[in-house]
Order: sequence, then structure tokens, then C-alpha cells
Amino acid sequence: MPQFDPTSFPSQLFWLAVSFITLYVLMSKVALPRIGDILEERQKRISDDLDMAERLKTETEAAIATYEKALAEARSAAQAEIAQVLEANAADAAERHRLLEETLAAKIAESEERIHAARREAMAQVSGIAAEVAAAIVERIADVKTDADSLAPVVDAIAKERGL
Amino acid sequence: MSSNVLEQFEIRPIVPIHVGGVDISFSNSALYMVAAVAVSTVFLSAAMSKRALIPGRMQSLAEIFYEFVAGMLKDNVGDAGRKFFPFIFSLFMFVLCGNVLGQTPYSFTFTSHIIVNAAMALGILALVTIVGFAKHGLGFLHTFLPGGAPPITAIVIVPIEVFSYFARAFSLSVRLTANMLVGHIMLAVVAGFIGALGIFGIIPFAGVVGLGILELGISCLQAYIFTILSCIYLHDALHLH
Repeated sequence: MPQFDPTSFPSQLFWLAVSFITLYVLMSKVALPRIGDILEERQKRISDDLDMAERLKTETEAAIATYEKALAEARSAAQAEIAQVLEANAADAAERHRLLEETLAAKIAESEERIHAARREAMAQVSGIAAEVAAAIVERIADVKTDADSLAPVVDAIAKERGL
Repeated sequence: MSSNVLEQFEIRPIVPIHVGGVDISFSNSALYMVAAVAVSTVFLSAAMSKRALIPGRMQSLAEIFYEFVAGMLKDNVGDAGRKFFPFIFSLFMFVLCGNVLGQTPYSFTFTSHIIVNAAMALGILALVTIVGFAKHGLGFLHTFLPGGAPPITAIVIVPIEVFSYFARAFSLSVRLTANMLVGHIMLAVVAGFIGALGIFGIIPFAGVVGLGILELGISCLQAYIFTILSCIYLHDALHLH
């Protein structure tokens, strides 16, 4: 077999050394750094892009948070305003209610006063009528002529006695 | 027949060179070694000539080679193996190109010669040993006597470990040689029947095609095995067990 022919060994070993060392130098100095640089650059680019995406994402989230905060603030402000308006309306309504009640109460009092006056007047006339009736009764029964004026105190006394 | 089959392994000087009585002629073996260097370099340089951030087909292929070997080194040696990357990569490309270029008809396969593979394996063993001593000093001798073993067992363990350490170079070179040698002999034998069988030569021809595909696979696989074992030996030297 040619594999066991030692005369070819020096040449094979020599050229193995030469070619392998050449390959090693070419690979380590030229080819591999080139590929390594590209891969590194790509990796850097990708991680930069990812960083950028991450940054934009946080910015977006911050913007959303700001927006939601503003929304919540506006909402609570609106609520407060509504509550204030409602309160003001309620106070106004209560005030009007009170005024109305006062007016009504005054009218009622006035009316009652008028009724009392009418009643007193009526009652006063009643006692005069009663005295005239008493005088007529006395004249008819006892045939005694009296005048109503003299009987009026008696009638009043009796009316007072009976609680009229 | 026998000489016919083994003819493909013959070393023929192309440019005779004699230095101090030593024959270092540029032979067909040397031609294929130079071709392996040229193919590796031209392929990688041409593929990376554009230095595109988004790689084309060739550049992707070059990057796949790079990342394949880088991944192999990282998985088997770890980050400490980083500075050996150019060496391991060159080794992989050299053996791979040697194996694959040898698959073309009428070519020569320098990895089918035990002397070439033995020289590479011994080179790896020497490198690994130097790295081991450089990293751990005399502590590297623990490779031959694992810590915790009773001293008395050293009588048995040390010779076994020393033997297995040197057997690595032997197995590394013999494995590659045997695979390449057998594949080529088999192809030559089967191909020899093509002419002899006349019209029925189609059968061995189909066999040669099938075997050729198989051999191409074996070529790649053996280059991978050669490289990964080198990585594992490097790992053992860097991280004592």
C-alpha cells in the first residue's frame, strides 16, 4: 500500500505543514475576522433595534399613562362640577321652597285673621239678634215691653255661662 | 486488480524538490492540500466580499460554517476555547475540503494517508498538552491520576490514563484514515465491475452512485468527528476533571 511507503512521508509532512499553516494564517487574519465583524455588526444592529423598540414602547406606555391620568383628572373635575351645580340647584330650590312657604304661611295667617274677624263680627251681631229675639219672646210670653238694649247684658252673660 | 484499486493512493511527484537529501517534492497530495487551502480561502473570501448586513446565499453559507464551528467550540469547550477558534476552524475546513475534494473522480484524498492524519492528531495532542500545562502547571498531571483516588491505585491508573491519553492521537488518525481508505477502495472495487459486466454494468454503476453519495456524507461526518474530538480534548485540557 502506498500509505506505508516511508519515502513519501517527508514530502507529505512538509506540504501538510506549509498548507495548514497557510490556511491557519489566512483564516485567522483574513476570513474569520471578516465574518466575525459582520456577525457582530448584525448582532449589534439587532440589539440596537431591539433597544430602540423597547425605548419606544416605554415612551408609548408613558404617553398612555399621561393620557389616562389626564382623562381621570378631567373626569373627576367634571364630577366635582356636576356635584357643585347640583348642590347649588338644591340650595336654590330649598330657598324658593322656603320663600313660597313663608308667603303661603303669611296668606294663611291673613286669611285666618279675616275669618276670625268675620266670626267676631258675626258673633257680635248674633248677641244683638239674640237680645232682640229675647225681647220679642219676653213681649210675646209675658207681654212686657222691653227693649233689646236692656236685655243684651243678660244674653251675653248667659252666652258666656254656656261657653258660646 | 489489487494494484489497480490502490493506485488512487499513490503519491506522484509533480515538481521534484530535494533539500539536503530530503525529498519534499510537490506531489499530488500536496496539490490537494493546497487546493483545500485555496477552496476554503476563496470560498470564504468570495462569500464575504459584499459584507452584506443581510446575507446572500453564499454569505449565508459562509456564516453557517462559521457559526457551526463556533457553536461546536462553545458547546464543547466553553468561552475559554474562543482563542482556539481559528485553529479549530482551519482544522475543520482542511479536513472537510480534503475529504470532499477527494470524492471527485480521479482525484487524490490526502486524508486517506495515515501519516498526514497522524501528524495532525499528534499536533492536536501536542497543542492540548501545552495548553494543559500552560493553564494548570504541574496540576495538569492530575489528568493521569484523578483527585480522590487512593495513592496506591496510581500504580494501575497512571499507566492506563497515560496510555489512553496517547491513544487519542492514534484513534483520531486511524478513524479518519480507515474511513477514507475503505470508502475509496470500495468505490474502486465496485467501479471496476462496470466495464467488466458490459450492459449489466449499469448495476455496479448505480452502486457507485449510491456509494458516492454515502461517501460524501461520511466525508462531512468524519471532518465533523475529527473536529469535535479535538474540541473535547481541548476541553479536557482546559477543565481538569
